[in-house]
Amino acid sequence: MPALHALANPTRFLSIARPLTPVLLWAGLLLLAVGAWAGLTLTPPDYLQGESVRILYVHVPSAWLGMGGWTGIALASFSLLVWRHPLAAIAARAVALPGAVFAALCLITGSIWGRPTWGTWWEWDGRLTSMLLLFFLYLAWIGLARADAERGGDGRIPAIFGLAGTALLPVIRYSVVWWRTLHQGPSITVSGSSIDGSILWPLWLTLTGFSLVFGAIVLMRMRAMLAQQRLEARMRRMAA
Amino acid sequence: MNHWPFILAAYGVVAAAMALLIGASWRAMRRAERAVEDLRR
Repeated sequence: MPALHALANPTRFLSIARPLTPVLLWAGLLLLAVGAWAGLTLTPPDYLQGESVRILYVHVPSAWLGMGGWTGIALASFSLLVWRHPLAAIAARAVALPGAVFAALCLITGSIWGRPTWGTWWEWDGRLTSMLLLFFLYLAWIGLARADAERGGDGRIPAIFGLAGTALLPVIRYSVVWWRTLHQGPSITVSGSSIDGSILWPLWLTLTGFSLVFGAIVLMRMRAMLAQQRLEARMRRMAA
Repeated sequence: MNHWPFILAAYGVVAAAMALLIGASWRAMRRAERAVEDLRR
């Protein structure tokens, strides 16, 4: 926690974010390129799903970051409500758009994967429906945060919404256990994976790569928002 | 059924979305930081 408070100073945050942004971006893109190449060319087809299993390497990281993004909003919301962390509202706003994009990518890649595997683009299955709800939550949060900022709000209302929305995350996680329909059950858990190692290994590369790129995008968006804030403050001082 | 068009479509959508997201974030950051630097001068 002391590290979080140390970052409360925007100048100190920027001194870390500036050199970190290109490192995260290029390391992430390199891992993504290697992981995607390995997933497309080196791994064997699945005995049941055939070649379509290769969509795993972009679908699972999208789902992970769609849910991870909302966890980021919730953590930022918590630090805004409890500690009034000065960067919390900016962090939440910076995470929301990439989180929504990854939730959408999870839905789109899942739909593309579903057609050759299940014979349908969409099914009102527990996992698919709960993920769609998460995407709508992102859109609602983005709209609410924008309206709050325009009205000069202190960010507390979007923060409460951000915390309340976390109730959906365990529903998504356990939807494949509670409602067994089309989507397969959990294949990667804390106790191990039911996916064979020959297929699984590039997933760690793309998962890490997407996460690093996500981090770089969030830092870029936070830097843009902080610069915009400084610009507006300076304009106000000049006008006064 | 040939799975490769589906695989390439999935990878293509993700690559396009990532490129757009990275490009837009980078441009917005550079524009805002340059405006602050210009104002400082």
